Amino acid sequence: MTGITSPRPKFSPPEEEPRPSPRQSRAQRIARTALGRHPIGIVFGAPYALFIAVLFAYPLGLAVWISFHSYFFAAPGVSVPRPFVGLANYEAVLADPAVRQAFVNVLIFLVINVPLTVMVSLLLATALNAAIPFRAFFRTSFYVPYVTASVAVVGVWLFMFGSGGIVNNVLGPLAPTPSWLINQNWAMPSIAIYVTWKQLGFFILLYLAALQNVPKELYEAAEVDGASWWRRFRAVTVPGVRPATTLVTLLAIITGAGLFTEPYLLTAGGGPNGKSASPVLLMYQTGIEQNRPDFASALGILLVIGVFLIFGIQRLLQRRQA
Amino acid sequence: MTQTPGTAPEVAATLADASAAAAEPRSPRSWWRLIVLLFGALVFLFPFYYMIIGSLQKHADTSLSGALPQPGNISLHNYGQINAALSLGKALINSGIFTGGVLLATVVFGVLAGYALAQLRFRGRGLLFAVMLLLLTVPFQLLIIPLYVLIVRNYGLGDSYLGMIAPFAINSTAVFIFRQFFLQVPKELFDAARIDGAGELRVLTRIGLPLVRPALLTAMLLTFIGPWNEFLWPFLITKKQSLQPLAVALANYISTVAGVAANPYGAILAGAVVLAVPAVALFIVFQRHFVSANIGSAVKG
Repeated sequence: MTGITSPRPKFSPPEEEPRPSPRQSRAQRIARTALGRHPIGIVFGAPYALFIAVLFAYPLGLAVWISFHSYFFAAPGVSVPRPFVGLANYEAVLADPAVRQAFVNVLIFLVINVPLTVMVSLLLATALNAAIPFRAFFRTSFYVPYVTASVAVVGVWLFMFGSGGIVNNVLGPLAPTPSWLINQNWAMPSIAIYVTWKQLGFFILLYLAALQNVPKELYEAAEVDGASWWRRFRAVTVPGVRPATTLVTLLAIITGAGLFTEPYLLTAGGGPNGKSASPVLLMYQTGIEQNRPDFASALGILLVIGVFLIFGIQRLLQRRQA
Repeated sequence: MTQTPGTAPEVAATLADASAAAAEPRSPRSWWRLIVLLFGALVFLFPFYYMIIGSLQKHADTSLSGALPQPGNISLHNYGQINAALSLGKALINSGIFTGGVLLATVVFGVLAGYALAQLRFRGRGLLFAVMLLLLTVPFQLLIIPLYVLIVRNYGLGDSYLGMIAPFAINSTAVFIFRQFFLQVPKELFDAARIDGAGELRVLTRIGLPLVRPALLTAMLLTFIGPWNEFLWPFLITKKQSLQPLAVALANYISTVAGVAANPYGAILAGAVVLAVPAVALFIVFQRHFVSANIGSAVKG
């Protein structure tokens, strides 16, 4: 999640290969050039490398392969032809109105989630960034939703936002009909607000860390100059935490691209009429339920490309700024 | 945090927290902070309070007064209901095995990888690091189809703990946190131990691990909530109820059985409380290890 900026180790000066001592044998020197100064590192890193190869790289390659072939699940032991079909699966994905709706839904999600997350978590982090009573209590209470299973929290949201739920009872005539989660216009915004609420605690911690890197002198100077609280916030705090804001945006995109539990449970399978379906929900419905893994793989690959593109663009912009 | 004072990451963490507290001294204007924070705490905690109240209601009461405990309407009946429907004990054991397997693999192999990436020079280190960053950016959910094909169809690991654990086995975020913290330990400490003739594994367990203990706890907490709360993957590969973790069993109950139960929300909320309590309790007990300084130093990278 943090692979956005290049790592800057604090205490490790640039490495210098020590001159080989004369006592070293030729074989040792050859081994060092071939394997590095600490060949044991290969052994230490091997399990993780194997994990990545078997459970990330290979599945990614397999997804690409499936997406170019006609592929379906046959009964075990039955061998079926899986002909190469070129871009047919991709064409089917791009022509599917349900897929387009799902991408629109992710867009709605991001338009609501990103600004709301940035504003509220920065506000709460700023409020928390002082010697105040019950600081640990506040900090902990903010990330309780983040550490709780979405399945559990969805249960109480269904209870609260159902047609006869407490929220509508409080709102009375102001409550939307049909109720929030079964309303065409409110289903996706409800999911966006739910996810924002649930993840806010993590982002408050990120901003709290970022606020500590804003030099105190800047605040003092601004105060001497007679800048108002709001002006100090705009001119010192907001630019000071910009890296964290970038991270929030990127993590929101990852979340939006991987949304599943909420549309599956909160709006009963992306309803109403697919107005809250997410791409991953469609992957599950088409790939597993309807036995069209080729279609679902093509959709997945398009999403992976989309995420990479966004990260690439972001890196480019960052480099230009620097 | 008080057990091994004086280590680099801990000093950094403590200083960061202290400077946070000193950043803006308590002023007459600090009342607005308290109001904002109190309102925030209310918004974050009310659903959890309501979850508990709802789980204790004999008859679902969605009126405003129902948000307060009503003595006549309180019972543990819902917990019995959900236990009868899901067998909570078995589901909790499944969640525990799933989470425990991931934690074990992440601690053993993740620490080795994080240490190697930070402190050892070996062929392929740059590549391993680059691929790890790539992995952190691709949502796992996008690979469910090929993973399903591989694990369920090709390897026949559907309805097994191994199949459940495999895609999560080594948490890359944890590896990243380990690496960041091992980077902060001065190289000289390790070199000194090496000169004394300690093997690399001994250097790691005797010198490295004690120094990064706070990072270890932070990473473990973050790793814990992954599998404990995960729904999609175990849902895909477990068809037998006897193997389902609690999150999956409860989700299935929400989407299917709930419609026909007498007080579906009571039973759902009782299950939700049982699912939420272990994670929330862990984070409250260890909240000092989940502070911004630890997360921050992992993220600053």
